[in-house]
Amino acid sequence: MAVTTLNDLQAGQSGTILDVEGNDSLAARLLEMGLIPGELVEMIGQAPMGDPVEFSVVGYRLSLRRIEARRVRIERT
Amino acid sequence: MANRAASDRPPIVALIGNPNTGKSSLFNALCGGQARVGNYPGVTVEHKTGRMLVANSAFKSIELVDLPGTYSLSARSADEAVSVEVLCGEMPSVARPDAVIVILDATNLERNLYLLSQVLELQIPTLVALNMWDRLEKEGMRLDAEKLSDSLGVRVVCTSASKRIGIAELQSALLELLDRGPGADSQGILERSALASATFPEAFRNSVDELEAWFVSQGCPLQRFQIERLLIDDSQAHSHRVIPKRIASAVADRIGQTREHLASNGVSIPLFETRARYGWIKQRVAGVVERQAREQRVSTSDRIDRWLTHRWFGLLFFIGLMFFIFQSITGIASWPMDGIGFASQWLGQQVESMMGPGPLRSLLVDGIIAGVGAVLVFLPQIAILFFFIAVLEDCGYMSRAAFMMDKFMSALGMSGKSFLPLMSSFACAIPGIMATRTIENRRDRMVTLLIAPLMSCSARWPVYVLMVSAFVPKQAVLGGWVSVQGAVLFAMMCLGALVAIPVAWLLKRFVFPGEPSTFIMELSSYKWPSFRVVAMRVWERVLSFIARAGTLIFVTSVLVWAAAYFPGDHSLLDQTTAKLETEQASPNADPAKIQAWTSQVNQLKSDLIAKSFLGVAGQWIEPIVRPLGWDGKIGVAVLASFPAREVIVATLGTIYSLGGAQDETSDGLAENLRSATWPDGRPVYTLATACSIMVFFALCAQCVSTLVTIRRETNSWRWPIFSFVYMTTLAYLGAWIVYNLMSAWLVP
Repeated sequence: MAVTTLNDLQAGQSGTILDVEGNDSLAARLLEMGLIPGELVEMIGQAPMGDPVEFSVVGYRLSLRRIEARRVRIERT
Repeated sequence: MANRAASDRPPIVALIGNPNTGKSSLFNALCGGQARVGNYPGVTVEHKTGRMLVANSAFKSIELVDLPGTYSLSARSADEAVSVEVLCGEMPSVARPDAVIVILDATNLERNLYLLSQVLELQIPTLVALNMWDRLEKEGMRLDAEKLSDSLGVRVVCTSASKRIGIAELQSALLELLDRGPGADSQGILERSALASATFPEAFRNSVDELEAWFVSQGCPLQRFQIERLLIDDSQAHSHRVIPKRIASAVADRIGQTREHLASNGVSIPLFETRARYGWIKQRVAGVVERQAREQRVSTSDRIDRWLTHRWFGLLFFIGLMFFIFQSITGIASWPMDGIGFASQWLGQQVESMMGPGPLRSLLVDGIIAGVGAVLVFLPQIAILFFFIAVLEDCGYMSRAAFMMDKFMSALGMSGKSFLPLMSSFACAIPGIMATRTIENRRDRMVTLLIAPLMSCSARWPVYVLMVSAFVPKQAVLGGWVSVQGAVLFAMMCLGALVAIPVAWLLKRFVFPGEPSTFIMELSSYKWPSFRVVAMRVWERVLSFIARAGTLIFVTSVLVWAAAYFPGDHSLLDQTTAKLETEQASPNADPAKIQAWTSQVNQLKSDLIAKSFLGVAGQWIEPIVRPLGWDGKIGVAVLASFPAREVIVATLGTIYSLGGAQDETSDGLAENLRSATWPDGRPVYTLATACSIMVFFALCAQCVSTLVTIRRETNSWRWPIFSFVYMTTLAYLGAWIVYNLMSAWLVP
C-alpha cells in the first residue's frame, strides 16, 4: 500500500489513482482523459525507447510520457 | 418545428464524439456516403457535411455536419475551438445546429460522458448514439440504456455503426427530436439545474452571471457556455470571432480581473470544471453500468501490442511494413498504369485519325491528352498509397507508430503526434499540414508544419516513377526478393524524411525555442479495418487528385503547349505530316518515302520547339541548371512545374510530344526521354541526370497549394516564403551534389 506515481509502475503492475498534481491545463487534460481519483490504472508497456508508456485506464489504453505520468499520484494495489 | 419545415433550409444536425468511437462509420451510415469534404473559412480544420435523405417527414433532407473528434470542448487545440464555434453558431458558413448527435463509446462511458456534459450546456436539442453496443458483452459489462436515458434526461439510441445496427432507430429519433423543436418540448434540452455547470462553485456561477449582464450592456450578448470557456480556457485558443474589436481589450481586462477574483475565492481554474463534471458523471452512471470488477484481463489487442511495440521486433516490423508498402505500390500499380497509358495513347491516335494536322489537333493531342494523361497514369499508385494509409489509420496501427516514434520525434523538436501529419504528408502535404492542427504545442506544430513538405508526397511519385522506370535497370537482387527499381524508389521516399531530421533540429534550436510539449494520446484497440471507411477515404483522395488533373494540371498543360507551339510557323510541318499520314494509310506504302518524311517531320518539330517561347526560355535557363546535369528543356519543365510537382511529367510529355519522338515506334514518354540527346549526340538523360532530377524534386517546394496552405495555417506570408527559399536551396544543392558524385563514380 505504497503511495507512488504512475511513472514507477512496471509492466503488469497497477494502482488506484489518488490525484493529479498541479493546477494547470496539463492537469485538466489528464483528468479529461479519465485519470480520475479512484480509478484503477495498469501499466501495459513502454515504447521501444523507454518513453512514452502505455496504461490501461477506464477501459481504454492511454499513452503518457514519463514526465506526465509523474504528475499522477497512485496507491499501488 | 413548423416554421422551419415551411422554409427551404434543411435542418442542420451536428455529429460530435470522442476520437475512435466509430464516428466516421456512423456518419457514412447516416448519409450513405454522400459527403462533401471542405474547410472551415479562415481555419483549415477539415469540415465534412453530408445530406441525409428522409422519406415521410416534414423535411426532405437533413444536413449532417461531422465535427472533428474531440475529448472535450475546452478550446485547447484548433480542432476543439472549431467544434465550439460551430455549436455556438459562431462559424459564419454554418448556421447554429438545430440538433446535436453525441456519439458515446458504450465500453468507455465515463470518459465519453465528459464531452456530452459540455455539449448539454449549449442548450441545443441533443440525442445520444450509444455506439459499440455489441462490444459491451465481450468487455464483461452490462449497461441499462433506458436507465441511462432517464438519468441523463436525453434520448439514448443503441447503435453499432460498423454493422449498421440501430441506424434506422437513430434516424427516426432524430426526426422526432427535430419535429418537436426546441419550443414545443424540453426533450433533448436539460433544465439549467440539471446541468453539470449547476455544480460549479457558487463564486464562479455568480461571476458568469455578472459577465453575462456585462456583455449584454456592451451590446454583445454571449451564451453562458461561451463566457465559461472565456474564463476557463487559455485565451489564445479562442478565435474571438464573436467579440467585436472595439471591446476586445475591455473583455481581456474583465476576464483577467474575474480570474483573479475567483482565485482569491478558492476557485482553481481550470481544474474545478473537470472535477465538477466527473462528479456529475458519477451521479448519472450510478446503477446504470454494471461491470465485473475491472480485472487485469489481457486483451487480444494488448497481446498484439506486446509484439508490435516491442523493443526490437516493433521497430523492425515498422521499418519492414513501410518497405513492404512501397514495394507493393510499384508492383501492384503497374498493371492499371499500363492500361491508363494505353488508353490515353489510343485516345490520341483516335483524335489524330479524325482530324487533319493543325493547331487544334496539336492542342488536343500534344497539349491536353499528352499532358493530363501523363499525370493520370499515376492514379493507381496514389490510390494504393492512400489505401495503405487509410488501412493503417483505421486498424489502429497509426497511433502505435506515433507511440513508438515519440521519443525520437521529441528529440527532433516535435512529438509523436507529429508522426501522423508527417505520415499523411507522404500522400500529400496539404492534409498533412492541416493535420498539424491537432498538435497543441505551438513549437511542435510549427516545426512539423515546416518540414511536412519535405516528406515525399504523391505528386513526387510521378517524377520518381518516370525516372526510375526509364533509367534504373529492371533487376532483382537478393535472390529476386528486392527489385532495384523498388529500392531506388524507397530511397527517394526516405530522402526527404532524412533531410528533415537536421532541418527540424535547426528549426527547434534557432527558430522556435520554447517549452516542452505533452504526449497524451489514446491508443485505440486494434480492429479489422472497415471496408467502407477505407473505401470512402481512398475515394475522396482519388476524386481530389482527378479534380487537380482536371483543373490545375489541365490549365498548365495548355499553357505549356502554347508556349512550346508559338510563335513558329507550322504550315510546312502540317503539310509534311499530312503527306506522311496519307502515305502510311495507303495499302502500298513506300517505306523509303515514310522514312524520309518521318525524319523531316522530326527535324521540323525540334526546330520549331527550339524557336518557341519555351525553347527561348530554355536557352536562358540552361546556364543555371547546367551544373545539375540538366538541359534547357528540363529547366523549363521544372520552372513550369512551380504550380505542382507532377506538372513536370505533363510538361515533359508535351515538350517531347511537340518536339517529336525520335523514333516512330516509341511507346511513351520514358522511351522519348531515353532517346533525347545533346546537340553532340550524347544522351541528355543518364542515371546521374535522372537522380539529380529526382533529388531536386524530393527537396523542392514546387507546389503552390502547399505554400498557400502554409500561409493560411500560419496567418503570415513569412512562413511560405521561408519554406520556399529553404527548400529550393536544399533542392539545388542536393541535386548538384548527387549529379557530380554520380557522374564521377559512374564514368566507366
